[in-house]
Formats: sequence, C-alpha cells, structure tokens
Amino acid sequence: MRVESPNVAMIEAPPFPKIAAEPHLVSGNGSSMIAVRSLKKQIDGQDILRGVDLEVRKGETLVLIGRSGGGKSVLLKHIIGLMEPDSGEIWIEGQNIIGMNERKLAMIREKVGILFQGAALFDSMTVEDNIAFPLVEAGERDPKVLHSRVEEMLEVTEMGGHEDKMPESLSGGMKKRVGLARAIIRRPSCVLYDEPTAGLGPVVADSINRLIRCLQGRFGITSVVVTHDMKSAFDVADQIAYLHQGRVYFHGTPSELQQSTDPLIQDFLLGRSETWRD
Amino acid sequence: MVRFFNALGTPLLAFFQYLGEILLLAADTFRSIFTHKLRWKLFLNQIVEIGLLSQLLVIITGGFTGAVFSAQAFFQFNKLGMGSAVGAVVSVSLCRELAPVLTALMVAGRVGAAMSAEIGTMKVTEQIDALRALAVYPVDYLVVPRTLAMMVSMPLLVAECIAFGILAGYFVAVYLLDVNGPYYMENMVHWTRRKDIIMGLTKAFVFALLIVFISCQKGLTAREGAVGVGRATTEAVVNASLAVLIVNFFLTMGLNIIFPAGHQ
Repeated sequence: MRVESPNVAMIEAPPFPKIAAEPHLVSGNGSSMIAVRSLKKQIDGQDILRGVDLEVRKGETLVLIGRSGGGKSVLLKHIIGLMEPDSGEIWIEGQNIIGMNERKLAMIREKVGILFQGAALFDSMTVEDNIAFPLVEAGERDPKVLHSRVEEMLEVTEMGGHEDKMPESLSGGMKKRVGLARAIIRRPSCVLYDEPTAGLGPVVADSINRLIRCLQGRFGITSVVVTHDMKSAFDVADQIAYLHQGRVYFHGTPSELQQSTDPLIQDFLLGRSETWRD
Repeated sequence: MVRFFNALGTPLLAFFQYLGEILLLAADTFRSIFTHKLRWKLFLNQIVEIGLLSQLLVIITGGFTGAVFSAQAFFQFNKLGMGSAVGAVVSVSLCRELAPVLTALMVAGRVGAAMSAEIGTMKVTEQIDALRALAVYPVDYLVVPRTLAMMVSMPLLVAECIAFGILAGYFVAVYLLDVNGPYYMENMVHWTRRKDIIMGLTKAFVFALLIVFISCQKGLTAREGAVGVGRATTEAVVNASLAVLIVNFFLTMGLNIIFPAGHQ
C-alpha cells in the first residue's frame, strides 16, 4: 500500500494497486463509491493534477492530505462535477460523470453532498431555510415534514435553537455545522468535506471530527475529507491518501502512514519544510 | 499590417467570446423557462425588487424629462406660434424614444448593478457552487426569475414613465407657460398613435432582456473576491447602458419600418 521512496526522484510514478484495470469493474463490484482514474487538470498553465488514481469504498472515510496548493480541493470539486478535468475518469456508484451536462450531474449530486471550506451558506436565508433548501428544491412542500427534518438535522449537528439565525451571526464552527446539516438532509450516500476544521479552535474542531464519525456510524455515509489537520485526519480516517505533485503518493491506513519511513511523509507528519531537511 | 491585425485579433476574439457567452446564457434561460417549473416565490420577489422598488426612480425620471422637454419644445415652437403642438411632440418623443431609453438606463444602473453584485458575491463565496452541489441549476434558480420579472416589469415601468412624462409636460406647458390646455390635449391625442406606444413597449421588452443577460453573465463570471465583484458590477452597468444605446438605434430604424412615425 505504501510507496517507499528513498529520494524525491522516485515519487514521479507511484503505483496505485487498489485501482482496477477497468472502471466498470471497479464500480461494478458493489463496494466502490468513488473511483478516480488518471485525472489530469491544468489551471492557468500550471499542472494541478497530473494523473490521480483513487478509490473510495462504500462506508469508508478517506482523508486526503497534502501541501497547500497541492490540488486536494481541486480534486474534491472534480468528484462532485464542479470542475471539469482535462482528461481522466471519475466514477460515482458505477457512473462516469465526465462529459455529463449540469442537468445530468444534478442526479449524481443528489447522492453526494459537500461541505465547503467556508460553508457557503446562502446569506439571504435563515439557518432553517438553508438546511431545508435541498428538500424544498426536491419538491417537498409540507411545512411539518420540512420542520421535522430540519429539527432532526439540527439535533444531529448539535445546532438546536439556532434555526432562526442568519448565517452572518454564526461563528465559523456553527456555519460548518449548518453547512453539514444542509449537505446531509437528503441523506446522500457520500459526503465530501473541504477543510472541515480549518480556522476552528481545537475543541470545536474535535466536535466536527466526532460529527463526521457519527455520520459514518449512524447513516453509513461514505466520506472524503480534505484536511491539513493531522489530528483530524487520524481521528476520522479509515484510509489516508497523500497527494503530492498532483499524484497520489501514498494510500493506506492511518497506522501505515504513521509507520512510514519515507522522508517526504515524515516531513509532512512532523510539519518540517524541505529546507529544514536539506 | 500583420501586427495591426494581431493586435486587433485578441480583443475582437474576446468580444465575440463575450457575445457568445451572453447568447448561450440567453438560450439556456429560455430553454429553462419552457421546460422547467417556475419558482413563483423568487419570481414575485424579483417583481418587487425590479418593478415595485423602481417606481420612484421611474416617476422622477419620466416626470422631469417630460417637464424639461415640454419647456424646451415650447421655447422653440412658440417662436413659430405653435405652442400648442408641444403636447404632441412631448408625447410621441416619450413613447418612441425618451421613456424606453431613459428607463432602461436607470434600471441598468439600479437593477442591473444589484443583479451583478448579488450573483457575483454568490459566485466568489462559493454559493453558486453550493447551488450546483445541491443539484440546483443556477440558471433555473437565479437567472430565470430575474429574466421573467424584467420581461414583465420593464414595459410597465416604461408605460409609467411615459404617463408621468406626459402629465409633467402638460403641467409645465399649461400651468407655467400658459399654453391652451384643450388645444394641447387635442394635438397630443391626435398625433400620438397606438403604434408609438407599441414601439416604446417593444423597446422596453428588448432592453429588459439586454440588461438581465448582461448583468447576470457578469455576475456568474465574477472572479477574484471583492475586487472582482466590483469590477463585474461596473462592467455590467457600463455594458448594459452602452448596449441599450446602441441597440436602440437599430431598433428605431427597424421598428420605424413596421411602425412609421406620424399618420401613415
């Protein structure tokens, strides 16, 4: 699973044994939620993704780590179809989403929720309206049903009593909880988290981690978490993928990551810059 | 010469790309109007935002334009002993040109700027991405209600502008400049035809579409935070205003063939 590399030159072609040769085989075996194959993306002439291969199994929590600007958030946005790659494939529950138009993608997006880094709450709506939004858009009009589902989500995210507030009056952690409640109200089979603990204090960050774990346990939700926060990564991950120079450099369990002697991974875990090592 | 064409090529290409983006947005919007359910609440909100809240602006614009135009026309016409013809001139000018163009310019400034800034802010704060991620197509949710509200509101606003312009013109001519009231009215009613009003309302409809698509396109493509939103808003107002003035010329020439001025 782990790609041992004695020097930086060897990281150019990391094999990724978990990806099957044919995407339909990957998606057809019933256990794969997301399969990414040879994904490449250039932004403003810069290679952000240089051939990412990745698989996330159903019910599993995969944490994506890597340096800032390494393409983690870009990869996440590709998975939900918010960005289009230059080449490669993305399979969500057996369907290749590349080339789908926005209206077809809408059907895929019903299965996949996302928590944005800044929560991206609709600032003209109250907390309750924000959370109920996906249900209202799906055609639910009964106020009782809407209210009870919102109440349930507020309870899950421990945000009870804040339903009438506007997003601008919420703290960073509260916004993320509301964003999460909105992402899961339609019970998606997968949730993508973009830096869920960024900018939060340790206690609030821990509560978000617990929430991610709780959602996996309670609803069996598959999760992909992008983070810089290694405590958060070890708290929630079943699998960890380390993105380096636009490719998956390491993919394995948290304990495999911790035991790695790879200098690049060691540097990342210990928060050392390359300059220090040199 | 080659260098000249090279220099010309890039902005020309960017211009056609921009035009293409606006046309694609328009096509997408009309497709959505005919194939998807309307969000009535959003549509009515926009009617209030565009139609109701622009009332004062349009009344002042129409009123003072009619008043000043009536006075200027009187100063010239009175020399020829045609003071009572002022009513016809004010009325026809307001219907065919002044009311549609001035209302469109005011609406581009007030509503176009608001649309561009609101959608642009949603874009840079990832709210548009959130819409898409929640399986809601942004054109259906943001552009369609605004387009329909503009299509309904603009002709009504222009009609209101014409009405207040004529009223103010009458007031200035009759009560301030001593023009004979019944003659003024008789000339105005005689020379203002239904086709003049239809021409004004047709222009209003076209300008509504220009403003909404230019403003929404700028909002949807805003980038780089607060600076980007500011730039998008400014460009939306400037481009919409220029488009109104330029398209007005071609509309006037074209519509004059269908609705020729005067008794023909």
